[in-house]
Amino acid sequence: MRVEARFLLSLGLFFGIVGLIYWLWSGEDAGGVMLGAAMLLGFLPGGYYYYWSRRMRPRPEDDPQATTASGSGVVGAFPGSSIWPFTLGMGAFFTVLALVFGIWLLVPGLGLVTWALFGGVAESRRGGGV
Amino acid sequence: MVDVLERPATLAEPPHEAHGPTGLLKWLTTTDHKVIGLSYTVTAVIMMVIGGALAEIIRAQLASPNGTLVSLAQFNELFTMHGSVMIYLFAGPFAFGALANIIVPIQIGAPDMAFPRLNALSYWLYLTGAITMLSGFFTAGGAANFGWVGYAPLSNSLNTPGAGADLWIGGLLLTGFSAIFTGVNLVATIFYLRAPGMTMFRMPIFTWNLLVTAILILLAFPVLTAGLIMLYADRHFGTHIFSVAGGGVPVLWQHIFWFWGHPEVYILALPFFGMVTEIIAVFSRKPVFGYKGMVFATISIAALSLGVWAHHMFTTGVVLLPFFSMMSLLIAVPTGIKIFNWIGTMWRGEIWFSTAMLMALGFLVTFLIGGLTGIYLASPPLDFFTHDTYFVVAHFHSVVMALVLAGMAGLYYWGPKFTGYLLNETIGKVQFWFLFVGTQVFTLPLYLLGLRGMPRRMAVYPHDPQWQFLNDLSSVGAILIGVSTLLFVANLVVSWKRYPAGDNPWDGQTLEWFTTSPPPHHNFYRLPPIRSERPTWDHNHPDHRALPHGHRVEAPE
Repeated sequence: MRVEARFLLSLGLFFGIVGLIYWLWSGEDAGGVMLGAAMLLGFLPGGYYYYWSRRMRPRPEDDPQATTASGSGVVGAFPGSSIWPFTLGMGAFFTVLALVFGIWLLVPGLGLVTWALFGGVAESRRGGGV
Repeated sequence: MVDVLERPATLAEPPHEAHGPTGLLKWLTTTDHKVIGLSYTVTAVIMMVIGGALAEIIRAQLASPNGTLVSLAQFNELFTMHGSVMIYLFAGPFAFGALANIIVPIQIGAPDMAFPRLNALSYWLYLTGAITMLSGFFTAGGAANFGWVGYAPLSNSLNTPGAGADLWIGGLLLTGFSAIFTGVNLVATIFYLRAPGMTMFRMPIFTWNLLVTAILILLAFPVLTAGLIMLYADRHFGTHIFSVAGGGVPVLWQHIFWFWGHPEVYILALPFFGMVTEIIAVFSRKPVFGYKGMVFATISIAALSLGVWAHHMFTTGVVLLPFFSMMSLLIAVPTGIKIFNWIGTMWRGEIWFSTAMLMALGFLVTFLIGGLTGIYLASPPLDFFTHDTYFVVAHFHSVVMALVLAGMAGLYYWGPKFTGYLLNETIGKVQFWFLFVGTQVFTLPLYLLGLRGMPRRMAVYPHDPQWQFLNDLSSVGAILIGVSTLLFVANLVVSWKRYPAGDNPWDGQTLEWFTTSPPPHHNFYRLPPIRSERPTWDHNHPDHRALPHGHRVEAPE
């Protein structure tokens, strides 16, 4: 976890330095804001990983000497199949088409999105976390 | 149905096979990363054919000075949609949707992507985004026609009315969200689902490159999405964000677009760099030369790529030239390290000139041409001279065609892993020569055309023998590239279930070559010990195994 944390924090630091130099030198706001946002996108997850990397033991994937047995146990719960991504995708499709061809398409669009969100959550509750 | 998975131990019982729906319903409901990756592959290749067909029409129009094949308005639609299809719908999704989806989980010993349903959603958003964007051709006003960059104020509702432009924006929003979700999924998969012993610095270079690509996606794509929403608001809700008349700033669109657009170049390129790295190492029978150098070069390229956006805007006169020029030139350093390391990997290797290796070498030459001309364009005085001429078109077509060569290398190299069958090598090599020669015949005249002043995006041009000869030559190159695409399709037909691949036809080094071809449901029956960045090689060649501290011993002769 430490390598992941250092990787993200380094990126955040780089964007922070470059953003500061750019903003002070150019006085241009749009680029300064976007580089500032890039810095935060490095620091936020990087800080999270750094916090946990100091409080947990190395995972088997962080241990160069780990054996397959040391990583035994449940990896996760993976859905074998699900109709809800397709339903949600179609809902998003109709919603975007509503922006072009008419507001009425929001009815099937948002209807499918809502149905898919409820269906997906219910599926997760029935089958475990995915 | 949900599978609660345990890690496959060495010599464990094979996990149960896939269950659930079959046929069309299986395709609609699948959450298996390999099936989703295959869907991405097929869709992306169809997009490549569509984008290529549009390019052939463009080149046919330009084969004579006063071409009448298409109208001026249709020509605008053609170059807009050619660029949009190739960038948004082919190159990116093929790299981080298709091959990443299929290969990354297997390379790190994971059973699937971290969020399988989100992965499926990404594909459906990509497919519907592609349909949305292309459907502009069937509207009364035609498809979007303001160039693939959608510059404001040309793209506002006054200058470009009609549904085609809105469908372009809508399609791009859908594919943008698809990319963002894929980025989240790749980062989570690589951070959380690696096999025991697969430390970050034992990950294959392809996976490293996809990790960096995913982070670039997360940094860049939300900016484009925000820009598209602003553009749509300007077109329909009466805002004036990019309109001078209402107090807005048109050049803000360029800042937003290129803050996404230049990292996008590396979002497209880095996965292909990773593919080539793997292929060159395997077909040189050597480990990657300078593994950590490659990793840090990738990270450096990605970091620098976010600070160079305004080199596309030098001629606007409102950007800080020395800053963007310096940052752009700096990218040549890590890129040069990569090229040096690719050559170092081949140096004194036992090179096998398979189709995949030839394609990778073709990439190297073509990318070098495109990269070196990019260094010229990073210099403002030279950029002022060549901006909006065919020199720029030639530069980025060298780069993109290099990526097409790399993508073909990836299909020949990894295709057998996910289909179980090899492609015909003889047809593949003929295809390579058509593609490689065609690429150079297509792009090199365009550099000269640009230096002789021909502007890009022109449907007709003055009758000038030099311009016409160079245009004709470029059109011949485009025909050769078209023939190479037909040869690829012919190879798919000829090789269909004909040459069984076996599990490891190339004597591959990384984990995907340890499992069966195609891999089983959830990928592995067993995993080898992972003690270096090439565990399958270590397992199959114990006499060449890497030592723990990184030095290698070679077998005595």
